[in-house]
Amino acid sequence: MDKREKAALKITANKVRQLIIEGVYSAKSGHPGGSLSAADIFTYLYFKELNVDPHNPKWSERDRFVLSKGHCCPGLYGVLALKGFFPEDELKSLRHIGAMLQGHPDMKGTPGIDMSSGSLGQGVSAACGMAMAAKLDNASYRVYVMLGDGECEEGQVWESAMFSAHHKLDNLCYIVDCNGLQIDGRVSDVAGLEPLDEKFESFGFEVIKINGHCFDQIDEAFQKARTVKDKPTVIIATTVKGKGVSYMEDQVGWHGKAPNAEQYELAMNELKEQQKALEADLAEI
Amino acid sequence: MAESVKIATRESFGKALCELAKTHNDIVVLDADLSAATKTDIFAREYPERFINCGIAECNMIGVAAGLAAAGKVPFAASFAMFSTGRAYEQIRNTVAYPALNVKIAGSHAGISVGEDGATHQCLEDIALMRTIPGMVILNPADHYEMLAATKAAYEYKGPVYIRLGRLAIDSFNDPDSYKFEIGKGITLHEGSDATVIATGLVVYESLKAIKALEAEGINVRLVNMHTIKPIDRDIIVKAAKETGRIITVEEHNIIGGLGEAVASVVCEECPVPVTRIGINDSYGHSGPAVKLIAEYGLDAATLADRFKSIMGK
Repeated sequence: MDKREKAALKITANKVRQLIIEGVYSAKSGHPGGSLSAADIFTYLYFKELNVDPHNPKWSERDRFVLSKGHCCPGLYGVLALKGFFPEDELKSLRHIGAMLQGHPDMKGTPGIDMSSGSLGQGVSAACGMAMAAKLDNASYRVYVMLGDGECEEGQVWESAMFSAHHKLDNLCYIVDCNGLQIDGRVSDVAGLEPLDEKFESFGFEVIKINGHCFDQIDEAFQKARTVKDKPTVIIATTVKGKGVSYMEDQVGWHGKAPNAEQYELAMNELKEQQKALEADLAEI
Repeated sequence: MAESVKIATRESFGKALCELAKTHNDIVVLDADLSAATKTDIFAREYPERFINCGIAECNMIGVAAGLAAAGKVPFAASFAMFSTGRAYEQIRNTVAYPALNVKIAGSHAGISVGEDGATHQCLEDIALMRTIPGMVILNPADHYEMLAATKAAYEYKGPVYIRLGRLAIDSFNDPDSYKFEIGKGITLHEGSDATVIATGLVVYESLKAIKALEAEGINVRLVNMHTIKPIDRDIIVKAAKETGRIITVEEHNIIGGLGEAVASVVCEECPVPVTRIGINDSYGHSGPAVKLIAEYGLDAATLADRFKSIMGK
């Protein structure tokens, strides 16, 4: 990935973060923390990795993305809007009565959403089904599914892991957004999840560990995943919950809470400052 | 009329899947390590490339089925009713039915006629669970020929469907030459004006035998085979209420949440007449030979005949 491309992705990710804050502020509810931690990966997926067409969202040969941690949809909605699946203004009615953008992803109502999700542990199984369908049809599309580290406490995640490895679903890539926090506290305090990499490895996965905010590492991981044969890949991405908004970073309280007017201004000012700096970086390349 | 056959509806289901798969390449069948019991093994032997054994992991199986459907397949996911609708209830609710995906869920070994395995495997709540899910179609075929037709109808219908399968081999009573199945349309099997019995599944034939016995005593009872529990056939219920003035429902299911309550709701709203629900009286089953259990729980033809008479005050 060249420097210009990387700089452009960083700017897009910054815009996704602004849309997350816009959306959650407008909704007066929602999940900013995990949306912000996943924003760089969302951006990479939709602006670099996935073969999708915003003008033909149901195209049968498209790559699929399932957001198994469905509550982080403000980030997904932001990137879908920037990609052109629907107008950015839709974020302003997020979670409102009659709005297209529901509190959790709704594949029936929202262009670009490949699977309804929100109940943790279920999106991964649906992604397995999509990857199986591609195998049955000898289709070349790939399937990506993002889950949270807290979500890995759901038993169904491991049912799906057994299934995808058994069926050698090398067209399937799990991404675990390891931001280290869940509603009730640190993942390490709530449940004994570690060693997560060894767990997936023992289930038969190709395991790639990265910093989920470093585009070079993200790029390398997804490129490598494409070359893996006869087994699924999991990219375990270490991230910072609330990334990009100083007062939200690594704070458990920002899992599912909207900023007030003052906090909104503060967050948007920070993000706009970051945007200026990133645009200056791009101009210098 | 073709000869009566004695076959469990689970086996009819397995055969129907094979027949449909001949001409429909999009059918995929999933099971959770019970294919020998649900009879999806009949399909697995003929179409191994389209059979997915998910292992003992029903929740994942339902999610996989949802993903297959989202990618254009028509998956039939089978397990015992206890597990396919009970353990995976929320997966069905959120990942299949909420997005209205074209998944067919089969629950075999429904009811007490499971027999010796006992209460943990005798699902008496599956219809209640599935009824509460918006958009779910519920089919409960009563014999071999009805199961063949229902499986085909489930395939042709676009959207989530639950099909209830029985373990016990039962006599067929429908005539395959004239039989017509339509989702949501009950079938009047026997005319009568003194009361109407509305039955579903395995107990339809038991009810028919009971009603024929009563006929000899001059008691004329109408029988409706309600093979579709959702959407329920409101017209046939209202007509029966108006014309016969009394309704008795019979099901191999808890009387809470099943056919009886579905029928009673329609009667209360549209034409109030007395409704009596016969089924399992909010209890668990237990081990024993299936036929003996059916008699013990009062769902055999002889006991039903007595109960119908008593309810009718005769």
